[in-house]
Amino acid sequence: MTELIQQIVDGLGRGGIYALIALGIAVIFGVMHLVNFAHGELITVSAYSAYGLFQAGWDWWLIAPAVILIAGMTSVVIEFLAFRWVRGAPDFTMLMTSFGIHFVVQALFVMYVSANFRQFPRPDWIFNTVKIAGISFEVFDVAVIFFTLLTLIATFWILQKTMFGISLRAAAEDFDAARLMGVRSDRIIRGAFALSGLLAGVAAVFWLMRSGQAGPTAGLTPMLKGVLAALIGGLGSLGGAVLGGVTLGLVEVMLISRLPEGLVGLTDGIVFLLIAFLFVFRPQGFISVRRAERV
Amino acid sequence: MLEVESLTTRYGSISALRDVGLSVGAGEVVCLIGPNGAGKTTLLSTISGLLNPVSGSIRLENEEITSWSPDRILRSGLALVPEHRRIFGDLTVDENLLVGGVTVASARRLELKEEVISLFPVLGEKLATEAGYLSGGEAQQLAIGRALMSEPKILLMDEPALGLAPVLAEVVFELIDQLRQNGQTLLVVEQNARRILEVADRGYVMRSGNIVISGDSDELISRDDLFETYIGKTDSNHD
Ligand SMILES: Nc1ncnc2c1ncn2[C@@H]1O[C@H](COP(=O)(O)OP(=O)(O)OP(=O)(O)O)[C@@H](O)[C@H]1O
Ligand SMILES: [Mg+2]
Repeated sequence: MTELIQQIVDGLGRGGIYALIALGIAVIFGVMHLVNFAHGELITVSAYSAYGLFQAGWDWWLIAPAVILIAGMTSVVIEFLAFRWVRGAPDFTMLMTSFGIHFVVQALFVMYVSANFRQFPRPDWIFNTVKIAGISFEVFDVAVIFFTLLTLIATFWILQKTMFGISLRAAAEDFDAARLMGVRSDRIIRGAFALSGLLAGVAAVFWLMRSGQAGPTAGLTPMLKGVLAALIGGLGSLGGAVLGGVTLGLVEVMLISRLPEGLVGLTDGIVFLLIAFLFVFRPQGFISVRRAERV
Repeated sequence: MLEVESLTTRYGSISALRDVGLSVGAGEVVCLIGPNGAGKTTLLSTISGLLNPVSGSIRLENEEITSWSPDRILRSGLALVPEHRRIFGDLTVDENLLVGGVTVASARRLELKEEVISLFPVLGEKLATEAGYLSGGEAQQLAIGRALMSEPKILLMDEPALGLAPVLAEVVFELIDQLRQNGQTLLVVEQNARRILEVADRGYVMRSGNIVISGDSDELISRDDLFETYIGKTDSNHD
């Protein structure tokens, strides 16, 4: 029982990070119909920023908020430099653009920084444990769950209660109808990229605290997990993205702790099989999205 | 208020509007009638900025608004209740109304919401309901209420009675009459020609991308040939 609770907390910690990444991907998919494969680059940029700031002598307490801001700004800049030009283009064109950005950013880091991974120190507290109700948990998992919840609450508050959030959800459902109401497409798209970037930034902080390294492909795995989580949840559904992330995290932890020693390496493969299985029965993911056809 | 001159709009190589001209004066209720595929929706979409014309001009209060973006045109005072309503089904009734008022200051937005609710009491009872669950009549009221939230100087409506049972369609016509008494300028597309001509000051008849006839409502109503030749006999209720 104790072990199961520990595993659930572990899974929620993992899943929380996936959820933040997936939510950012879902926000962009909602307004642009774009599966943003360049989303991982935000984490790559965050990783190098963290590395650079360490070199400059900063501490994690300052690096964390800085990384979140940098990720948010990078996201807006990528929209401005790349996606703005293919707005309204066929979905496939935008998909190719996102792959393009993914490879360009990777190449830039290889050329101008290094092809090798750079190490930086992890916070010294992340492997500490705390005892709650007689069960010991990793401080890190508890912190991730706490801050993820906080971030999700803030995000859903923005989406539900502010005019920006309501307009964004309206635009996600029917962009032209929203424009007919006076919603400015520029602002909504830029806002969506900023929000998605900030979410990726929060996820990046935790991802990097655990990995402690920056490399040109640092964002690849988190991006793939985020896309998977968004797909499981039902692409475009914001609640679904969170649900998908948490589910993915829990399933991974359950598999890792149950598979025999020699088979742990197959976790990702088994996860893929499970997902393929899910899509046979529910191709639209957990939550299906109602959407007007774009004209 | 609104002047459209020799407007031509194409879908690819097909001209859906050819040299269309039309005008609506302040306080006027003007209707646009014509058979399916005549280009009525295309005309309203072009005026409200969803489609770009290949030539021609659109002026709103003497300002050239041709090829402006829809949100900019809305800010200048022209709103559209689009064909098939296009309310936001995932948003609540309340949120739909708020999006309708996204361009007005927040205090004014709440006042306007109260005004819309007093015009459509049903919406007041269902503020927290997801709009996707509204009945056809309620959804239509929401679509019109949402458009009124921007305090438009001129309101365009594309077949507001489409798909409604006769009783509910009648409610829409009465509402149009009420808006007109409030001094709202309106341009209404409607297939029930006889009924809308009873409410409108003037009318235009469209066919195959052209305006073929225009005139005062009284005059158009009395022309039986008009219904036979241009509109067919489908001027009763349709769906
Ligand atoms: N997106 C589009 N692409 C290509 N052709 C279109 C498109 N939309 C409309 N058309 C064509 O343009 C013409 C005018 O269509 P429009 O929808 O404006 O007519 P309408 O008068 O509104 O008809 P209805 O009464 O059926 O609503 C039709 O021949 C239609 O087939
Ligand atoms: Mg039409």
